[in-house]
Amino acid sequence: MSTREYMLGNVAIARGIVEGGGQVISGYPGTPSSEIIGTLAAMKERDFYVEWSVNEKVALEVAAGAAMTGVRSVVTMKHVGLNVAADPLLTLAYTGVKGSMVIIVADDPSCHSSQNEQDTRRYSQFSLIPCLDPSTPQEAKDMMSFAFEFSNKVQMPVIYRPTTRISHGKSDVELGPVNETRPVAEFVKELERWVMVPKNARVQHVRLLEVQKTMQEGLENSPWNSLELSDGANVGVIASGIASVYAKEAIIKQSINASFLKIGTYPVPENKIRTLLESTERVLIFEEMEPVVEEQVRIIAQETGSTVEVIGKLQGPVPRVYELNTDICSDVLAEVLGLERPDVPAEVAEDFDYNACRIDLPMRPPVMCPGCSHRASFHVMKKVYGKDAIFPSDIGCYTLGIQSGTVDTTLCMGGSITVASGMYQAGEKKPICCSIGDSTFFHTGMNGLLNAIYNKADITVTIVDNRITAMTGHQPNPGMGKTATGEETSEVDLVALCKSLGAGFVEKADPYDLQQTEEVFKRAKEFKGTSVVITEQLCVIDAKRSGLRRKPFTIDADACVGCRLCVNLGCPAIEFDKDTKKASINSMCTGCGVCASLCKFDAISEVKK
Amino acid sequence: MSAEGISKFDLVIAGVGGQGTILASDIIGKAAVKEDLSVRAAETHGMAQRGGSVVNHIRLGCELGSMIPMKGADVLLALEPSEALRYLEFLSDDGTIIVNTDPILPVTVTSGLCSYPDVDAIIAKLKETHEVKAFNATELAKEAGNPQSMNVVMVGAISNYLPISPDTLKECVKELVPPKTVDINVRAFEMGRDITQG
Repeated sequence: MSTREYMLGNVAIARGIVEGGGQVISGYPGTPSSEIIGTLAAMKERDFYVEWSVNEKVALEVAAGAAMTGVRSVVTMKHVGLNVAADPLLTLAYTGVKGSMVIIVADDPSCHSSQNEQDTRRYSQFSLIPCLDPSTPQEAKDMMSFAFEFSNKVQMPVIYRPTTRISHGKSDVELGPVNETRPVAEFVKELERWVMVPKNARVQHVRLLEVQKTMQEGLENSPWNSLELSDGANVGVIASGIASVYAKEAIIKQSINASFLKIGTYPVPENKIRTLLESTERVLIFEEMEPVVEEQVRIIAQETGSTVEVIGKLQGPVPRVYELNTDICSDVLAEVLGLERPDVPAEVAEDFDYNACRIDLPMRPPVMCPGCSHRASFHVMKKVYGKDAIFPSDIGCYTLGIQSGTVDTTLCMGGSITVASGMYQAGEKKPICCSIGDSTFFHTGMNGLLNAIYNKADITVTIVDNRITAMTGHQPNPGMGKTATGEETSEVDLVALCKSLGAGFVEKADPYDLQQTEEVFKRAKEFKGTSVVITEQLCVIDAKRSGLRRKPFTIDADACVGCRLCVNLGCPAIEFDKDTKKASINSMCTGCGVCASLCKFDAISEVKK
Repeated sequence: MSAEGISKFDLVIAGVGGQGTILASDIIGKAAVKEDLSVRAAETHGMAQRGGSVVNHIRLGCELGSMIPMKGADVLLALEPSEALRYLEFLSDDGTIIVNTDPILPVTVTSGLCSYPDVDAIIAKLKETHEVKAFNATELAKEAGNPQSMNVVMVGAISNYLPISPDTLKECVKELVPPKTVDINVRAFEMGRDITQG
């Protein structure tokens, strides 16, 4: 069998975990990190433990506990998940680990699927935990074994930071041997190490600072940093992580004679930076997002009294926002070296004028699926609470309800109920009805609900329960009675849970039944205090996969008066002909029937067969 | 165009979430690896997949990054006509466009907010600047046995341009499609291959 396979970056990372002998793997789904645990959980034979945890803080602590016993653990999350897990992270730096622990945090420059584009390397600096930054899927796999070994050697967790283009890039990947050793879990009581009371924490802070030099030296000469000095080079280029392949391509394309330092570790390779600074008169630094490398280069230049000109993003021209690419690198190189600009300047990418094509292209934004129950929940919510009501929302497929006018705020995971409470406590008099998905509710929404009830916020909390973590690719959650690997487990009763948190009003509704849902929302609105409405209906994608088939609907053109009530739902299965002024239903219909119960002219009915 | 020392062949696949652009690029990527070519590909996952506009980059014989520079692609393979126009900026001046003429109306159009351009006008526009192979791949897929095999028709259509043997591509079609649909998809591949031949 070939040892070279075509794989997704996240699959390569999962393979790296297997090759490195990972034993306990936990995580919370988040694009672009989700397929790592998805791949491991789907493996038929496995000699490791893998779980979807309920949030990133929980996941990181599970992995930390495992590493305290001496085994190799991994935790996965997206960049914003590390904010949730920042509390244990910063103190874990003090305790260190006994076995090995790798904290995989996938960054999303350009916010392809995220609410911000924070740079995880800042957390590495903040926590004093080292960080690895892969530049290709192959390296992403190979780095994992190194990360386990390095973590064990320095007795520290290691942050490992792929970006979207690594995690969701595909590549041929050369597989390696699997580490068959399995350290046995054995927790040894050492109070001064594991109990961070002030007396011990003060001592461990000193140790953390002392180990920095050892870590820097250990990473300096690792395979992830490399320096190529070029005779008579016009410039020294420093590039980190994925930016290194973009910069390399631009250099080849423009036939530039440059010395090249590729950086894949933090702390950065200081000696290599010094050597490069001695060899050139100017250095140009390419890194995505924050000027982490650039700041270090400037510090080293100052310490060594170097007069080298440092060009990056602090004083321009490299952008500090969004992803980099070869075009941007080409453009910057041309500007800095006074070369002729490449035939296609990078701005074309952003300012491409579709109208210049003399054909107006319709926008094609992502939308909720045909038959998605969130659409129905939002429809009723808006009807009962009114257009002037305030609709704080959360993070999930339902954030796409921004098109239905029922998403007024999206701050962070679990931030709907709390933002709603704050608005109410501030004295806002308009009705407030927030929405949150099932998985997001289990993640950090529960705390917000407890707080709202405890502090008597007069708001309605809608849990749009589609019985799965849908947006990130259909991962199971505690509401489903199923673990990551498909094992049966206890299923949380949402109604009982909300009641036990103290809610005086908790009712369930089937969002496909518009009338029933409307009655429930009306009662919730009248209730004084925090009311909870749970609109429950299977995710349509998941329903289809599990074999559920409903008869599609059709519109009787003679009966249709063109009132657009159904069209205004925004379902992709409903079309409106501007010329005939009639609505029709296309082949995407999944048979939810919501439009039929909306129609006042009985024009919509199930297809008979 | 793909340049010496960087990449042998650069392909952009454009379409709509749900059309199977990822499977199309997987067939090509896997086939390339079978023929010992290095591959780099970039895909759209996550939020944008829900019926949104999607684009995949795939670079054969490339060991650098997966993102194809502006005006860098040798071929633009568009599974939907308006998406061909949307990603035209990636295509080299000497590049070729292979486009499925069957439109998918976005919700902005079905709800009557804006209109969808005339498909003939899109094709005419593309032809002003590039060599274009336009055909209704969805119809061909129906003839092959299933409209969902449209993506495999398109892989067949691009097979005449790729530095990969058609047999290897066909082998990967068989490995990657659901077992029950192998015959339909092999037919779809052949039909797509025939239409761009010569």
